[in-house]
Amino acid sequence: MLLHVEDLNIEFHDHIVPETVVYDFDLDMEEGEIVGLVGESGSGKSMSALAIAGLLSRHDAKKRGQILFEGTDILGCPRETLRGLQGDEISMVFQEPMTSLNPVKKIGWQVEEAMRIHTKATPEERKRRALEVLSHVDLDDPERVYNSYPHQLSGGMRQRVMIAAAMINTPKLLIADEPTTALDVTVQAEIVKLLKHINKKHNTAILFISHDLSLVRQLCGRVLVMKGGYVVESGNTEEIFNNPKEDYTKHLIDSIPKVNLDE
Amino acid sequence: MNVVIKKIVSSILTILVVACLVFFAFSLIPGDPAVAKLGTQATPEKLQALRESMGLNKPVAVRFMEWIGGVLKGDFGTSYSYNVPVTGLIAGKLPVTVILTLYSFILMIVMSVFIAILAARYENSHVDKVIQIINQVIMSVPPFFGGIILTLIFGLGLHLFAPGGYVSYDINMGRFMGYMFWPALAIALPKSAMAFSLLYGGLITEKKKDYARTAYSRGNSTKDVFYKHLLKNACIPVVTFFGMALADMIAGSIVIEQVFGIPGLGRILLTSIQNRDYPVVEAIIVCIAILVIVSNLLVDVLYRIIDPRTAVAEGDK
Amino acid sequence: MKRAFKDFNFTLGLILTAIVLIPAIIGIFWTPYSTETMDNAMKMAGASLSHPFGCDNFGRDILSRVMAGTGTTLIIGLGTVFIGTLIGTIIGAFTGYYGGLVDDIFMRFNDVMFSFPSLLLALVFVAIMGSGRIQLLIALGIAFIPSYVRIVRAEYVRARNLDYVKSASLAGASDLRIMFVHILPNIVKVLINSILIGFNNAVLAEAGLSFLGIGVQPPVASLGRMLSDAQTYLFNAPGMALAPGLTLIVMVLGISLLGKSKVITDR
Repeated sequence: MLLHVEDLNIEFHDHIVPETVVYDFDLDMEEGEIVGLVGESGSGKSMSALAIAGLLSRHDAKKRGQILFEGTDILGCPRETLRGLQGDEISMVFQEPMTSLNPVKKIGWQVEEAMRIHTKATPEERKRRALEVLSHVDLDDPERVYNSYPHQLSGGMRQRVMIAAAMINTPKLLIADEPTTALDVTVQAEIVKLLKHINKKHNTAILFISHDLSLVRQLCGRVLVMKGGYVVESGNTEEIFNNPKEDYTKHLIDSIPKVNLDE
Repeated sequence: MNVVIKKIVSSILTILVVACLVFFAFSLIPGDPAVAKLGTQATPEKLQALRESMGLNKPVAVRFMEWIGGVLKGDFGTSYSYNVPVTGLIAGKLPVTVILTLYSFILMIVMSVFIAILAARYENSHVDKVIQIINQVIMSVPPFFGGIILTLIFGLGLHLFAPGGYVSYDINMGRFMGYMFWPALAIALPKSAMAFSLLYGGLITEKKKDYARTAYSRGNSTKDVFYKHLLKNACIPVVTFFGMALADMIAGSIVIEQVFGIPGLGRILLTSIQNRDYPVVEAIIVCIAILVIVSNLLVDVLYRIIDPRTAVAEGDK
Repeated sequence: MKRAFKDFNFTLGLILTAIVLIPAIIGIFWTPYSTETMDNAMKMAGASLSHPFGCDNFGRDILSRVMAGTGTTLIIGLGTVFIGTLIGTIIGAFTGYYGGLVDDIFMRFNDVMFSFPSLLLALVFVAIMGSGRIQLLIALGIAFIPSYVRIVRAEYVRARNLDYVKSASLAGASDLRIMFVHILPNIVKVLINSILIGFNNAVLAEAGLSFLGIGVQPPVASLGRMLSDAQTYLFNAPGMALAPGLTLIVMVLGISLLGKSKVITDR
């Protein structure tokens, strides 16, 4: 078992009245598995993902339940231990490629960062590896991208850079939080293809978060549907598509534009 | 790179214009430097002789051409009251003022960055609130009174330094820097407080941005996220302030030299103003103008280095 | 007004400013002792009931001198801000409203002036005009013009293209009327804030120049001059330095808190 989440509850305390955003969330993932997490915005899917990645501030968010990553207790372990996993075993790609990269640092520096933190590789080794992962994410001119600043790249290129940076230490779990939402349709399909390829090649498990069921269907064998903080339906993607039990899921399926389904 | 060369050329022009303005402003002052030097009792013959030796009998335009020609060669003429070349008179003092200014500037950057990151990391905690209050008070302390308080507490009270115990840099560099720490601190404190406010605001904004979360997701410690990611971004809007602060610190040095008994440009400027020794005053003002303009230029270049987006925006034009 | 006092910055700022300004205003007309009478018996006397802040190296009452000195500072600060704002607003309004070549030349010149610390500019003007209260006031006033020109000009450049200005122009209002009757009231908020900041800077610059001995000349009391005199006696009579110094800090702190308060910033 790679990831075991049980009874996860997330409560926010940064307002006067505490607000619960995730209730009784359960998830098991095996190595190399791709799981989809769908729901509309505000359904709690991103919060669950951030909690699994250990990125919810311990100050503002109160979490109950258990998250075990290869037996390590993400919620309870010392921050040192958590940092040891982040960027090494667990990596994350975010929704907004425009703002998720540091605007004043060169791409190369940012792609190499996780390697600099977690390995003792020399600068030359790091650069070689960075150029390698940049070419793996289908960027045409890795050397040029390596020496660019984020504002010199398009949105799609930046998301590829984010994926390259996440993959530099070949993590066991890649959490992709709406990685395609900010991109246009053709680029979306390419990114999904890329994630699929990464999964096959490195046996990296992917937790794919999206509100777009058609993308989830192309990529994930299993899916969890969230609404208002609860997981309302879960199981095999095709089964849920063909036979949705909840009205909410039906509604999500109906809202897929037909053009997308044909791809 | 073109833009930088343009800036350098316009800076040189500005320095020349300032030099002209300074010369004519002092030429227009009523009163006769020869009378000022010899007193009203002097005989007309003696006055006339002195005017001739000072070059005052020539028309203003001729004097100006001679003066500006000298300035371009680094010769600022002869002091009225000391009868020695002005250049030699200020050459030994200029480094003292420049070192004091840079020392203050570095202290300001170090203190404001360190404390702003501390407060921004623990936003809304007690540490943050105490820092904010102290900061507001320090901002209101003028450097010369700050210097007096430092002398009172650390000099006379705790004996950490001997007030008035200035040691020249060519005698003992270590003791010079040790003594200069206190005046530099007095100059840096109020400026650090202002820089702190600006940096703190920037850091608070930056730490909520998406790239900060990305940095955490790669396993950075909070300290590294602040120093390696947020700091540079938070500095971009503060660079302009740093430039103004650097220019202000030159003025601050001149004042603070009087508090700590430091023989820099400040003291000789003040005595020359009181003695109406215009060649010296003109030379010092031109030197300060050069310092101010060069520091503006450096800040401009620094801005380009820190923010990669400026270069592109100008390239597009 | 009640809501204004709930703003911590405003309340504290007002209290601190009042603590310094009320005695200073009184000090312009009346002080407990003469500020110039020397009393050998009271040389560097410590604090007592009759002399709350003690006496200086000539046996003069420090409280009286601080009151009078703050008054001097206050008048010079206000005068400086008045000259700076008045001339700065006029230049800024004309160059900003009309634009063009004159504006370009003016701004080049202004930017160079602005990049010099105002204390240094004032020092140059004092060197040209000589020292004294009036000269100091004029020197500081001129030194502060560039910063006001910058602020006012930017506001006029912005206002030039706004609808209310265009419609006033179409209605046949003269340029002068548009500049000073239509636009000026709209930039008062920006001006008030820069007047407060400018006042503080003027106070500090005045104290700095007087401290250097080229500002207000003795026997007129001034905070800067008192601080410079006090330096020699720092070990024996620290009160001589602390009283004028703390007065300066409380005044500057009070005004800057007022400037930060919501009453001033939102309107």
